[in-house]
Amino acid sequence: MSEPDSYAAVKSVQKSMTFGEGGLAAVFAIMALACITIAAKTDSAAYAFHAYLSALASIAVVFVVLNRYVDRPAALPEQEIAGKPNYNFGPVKFATVAAVFWGLAGFTVGVLIAFQLAFPFLNFDLPWTSFGRLRPLHTSAVIFAFGGNVLIATSFYVVQRTSRARLAGYLAPWFVVLGYNFFIVIAGTGYLLGITQGKEYAEPEWYADLWLTVVWVVYLLVFLATLWKRKEPHIYVANWFYLAFIVTIAVLHLGNNATVPVSVFSPKSYIVWAGVQDAMVQWWYGHNAVGFFLTAGFLAIMYYFIPKRADRPVYSYRLSIIHFWALIFLYIWAGPHHLHYTALPDWAQTLGMTFSIMLWMPSWGGMINGLMTLSGAWDKLRTDPVLRMMVVSVAFYGMSTFEGPLMSVKEVNSLSHYTDWTIGHVHSGALGWVAYISFGAIYCLVPWLWQKRELYSLRLVNWHFWISTIGIVFYISSMWVAGILQGLMWRAYTSLGFLEYSFIETVEAMHPFYIIRAVGGVLFLIGALLMAFNVWMTIRGPEAVEAGLRATPAPVPAE
Amino acid sequence: MAEIHASETHKPEVDAVTGVTTTGHEWDGIKELNHPLPRWWLWTFYACIVWAVGYWVVYPAWPLVSSYTSGVLGWNSREAIQASMADLRAQRAEFAGKLDAASLEEIEQNPQLLAFARAQGRAAFGDNCAPCHGAGGGGAKGYPNLNDDDWLWGGSLEQIQQTILHGARSTDAAGHMGDMPAFGRDGILTHPQIVAVADYVRSIAGLEQVADAQLEEGKEIFAANCAACHGPDGKGNQELGAPNLTDGIWLYSPDKPTIIQAVANGRGAIMPAWQGRLDDSTIKALTVYVHTLGGGQ
Repeated sequence: MSEPDSYAAVKSVQKSMTFGEGGLAAVFAIMALACITIAAKTDSAAYAFHAYLSALASIAVVFVVLNRYVDRPAALPEQEIAGKPNYNFGPVKFATVAAVFWGLAGFTVGVLIAFQLAFPFLNFDLPWTSFGRLRPLHTSAVIFAFGGNVLIATSFYVVQRTSRARLAGYLAPWFVVLGYNFFIVIAGTGYLLGITQGKEYAEPEWYADLWLTVVWVVYLLVFLATLWKRKEPHIYVANWFYLAFIVTIAVLHLGNNATVPVSVFSPKSYIVWAGVQDAMVQWWYGHNAVGFFLTAGFLAIMYYFIPKRADRPVYSYRLSIIHFWALIFLYIWAGPHHLHYTALPDWAQTLGMTFSIMLWMPSWGGMINGLMTLSGAWDKLRTDPVLRMMVVSVAFYGMSTFEGPLMSVKEVNSLSHYTDWTIGHVHSGALGWVAYISFGAIYCLVPWLWQKRELYSLRLVNWHFWISTIGIVFYISSMWVAGILQGLMWRAYTSLGFLEYSFIETVEAMHPFYIIRAVGGVLFLIGALLMAFNVWMTIRGPEAVEAGLRATPAPVPAE
Repeated sequence: MAEIHASETHKPEVDAVTGVTTTGHEWDGIKELNHPLPRWWLWTFYACIVWAVGYWVVYPAWPLVSSYTSGVLGWNSREAIQASMADLRAQRAEFAGKLDAASLEEIEQNPQLLAFARAQGRAAFGDNCAPCHGAGGGGAKGYPNLNDDDWLWGGSLEQIQQTILHGARSTDAAGHMGDMPAFGRDGILTHPQIVAVADYVRSIAGLEQVADAQLEEGKEIFAANCAACHGPDGKGNQELGAPNLTDGIWLYSPDKPTIIQAVANGRGAIMPAWQGRLDDSTIKALTVYVHTLGGGQ
């Protein structure tokens, strides 16, 4: 139509506050008041610190939301520009950088506690630096802070690209990203100050859990709404996995944090489950945090980033369907294998073990689909260290998901349980699979998001790959030897029928392996520092390319 | 006009590398191949399921309304652990019976029984005593070395057994009693008097003296306050658990501030009573083990 008409159309948009803007500002203004009241009335200094922190954050939210409203144009961002989706990558960028930051923090604390186990004086006799507080700081920082930000960043990126739709919501995606990272700050500072509910991988107390619940529901809604308005007829496999991860984590989180606070003015709460039921709920949660946070979510990353980077089709659509449903159906039963030879009834132990065995092939279905996608592109492993990192991660996934069912067999578990073999197993999955697929995704995402031709340096990626791989090998092989040695020493009897070793002798025997493990951790941390430098230099690099031009790996010789 | 989706225009095509068709879907440039499920994968999956079902038949597996399927073997973990403990008792039975019947002296005179008692004692020591006394009984600051012949409460078999059974300053009424008084805190001695007696204690232990040590005054204070327990010449008294102050073996430290602290605030280290926590046979074996560590009397 004619020029004046469209001009009039633009003019006619009256700037008005959205429901989200007004609602958020009002809710957080009330939050700020509530937090200040709690801070004034509580007896706990640590809780008061959290209340003041929350009050400050709430005031900041009110200010930022109103300021953003004043500064923005009358019209909200378009869903499409010139027929192309107007992707929202701001929250993705934030979560990507946050992932790198939290990764470094988590790996550093991991190295420190590894050295504490070898040299206990490193606890410094201070409560804040004791192993008991730093260990949950390490696990939460790497799983929830590093892993969680990678999952949020990649899910928000992948769901947009594979749906050809802008992320749903105007402020909601920012609420998810910032709200999640605020939860991490509350959880982490809480551990250091001694606030914990003492449930492994679910240490944050009731108020942090409530906040996470709100953030997580908004996350689910943003993800679902984006899928809802997709421009593709089908939902891509990566999104099935993301959705399974988001939904199941919500259910697990609610079940395992069903607590009753002592009072709104106290950080302490009590869980409604008792005794062995509490243990079972805890490991139903704990094992499925592995299954749905660290497996389903990262398989989603694999399903997008490996075919994209290798520029090859996914190996088998049918396999992706079968292993997806088998995986999510079987995983949820496997938790009791954490409670073999305990007060848990024998029948529950049997189910946990047999479902873990049946889980072996569904897990390997993901590995097959990841590795075989490389058919016709194996030569790229020589030239593209990013792809190599992701493929090695899938290999580690295969190894860990074989070792897991093996360790769930009761006879094996009677040797391995409570030993460092478990720690080695966890880290072959965590360092080899979760971290490597995350590093690969970050290396892909950063040039794509900041519209650079390629990473600052692929040679540095190559160094990162080799240094961390050697670190992982140090880590897991020392823990295998340590764990099996420990298990054998614990069960060794003399010919007269008495225990051959006292507990302290088995602790002393671990010393050299603890040192090797810590050195492995140092190497892994060095690799991550190289990545952080590489990401930083890529982002600030001048070489911007036109929007839409996708980075492709430039060949470098294998080293 | 209705929008035409890029992917709706895609038809299944043949992938040049593998010769396999695609599904015709495409997302952000990603396609999917129509490979069938790998046979070995599928059959291994089936095999795992069959194995699991077989396991359910044999072992306790599925919950019912008020019970569970107990499995055709009738196996359960409580009976398994009881059987395993019974095996262990049978393995120990021959010597365990003799150990119970024999006196402490008889055990030490019979090489076979002695070896058995020491093996049992060593295992019990490692898990119960080592946290304080060290894995080899070498002791630590505040926790006596059990390898030497300097005993607080006596080093004969009977005395060691008494100490293990009932402890020292423990909750057991039959245990050794009596703290070292807090001479400073309770206002019995003034600070200069405590310093003088500390110098005197160091002098009878043959340690180096400061120039202005008031040894004569210290000697008088010692005689009036300390000799009752530690003896007129400071050689200690095992009846009261009062250490010998002259033998150069120190439970805490021979340095002057530590001695002043002990005189001022007293001492009263606790050893728990083990009767009831360990069975009598184990305590018997522990007694022999500790007695034969090197310093038994």
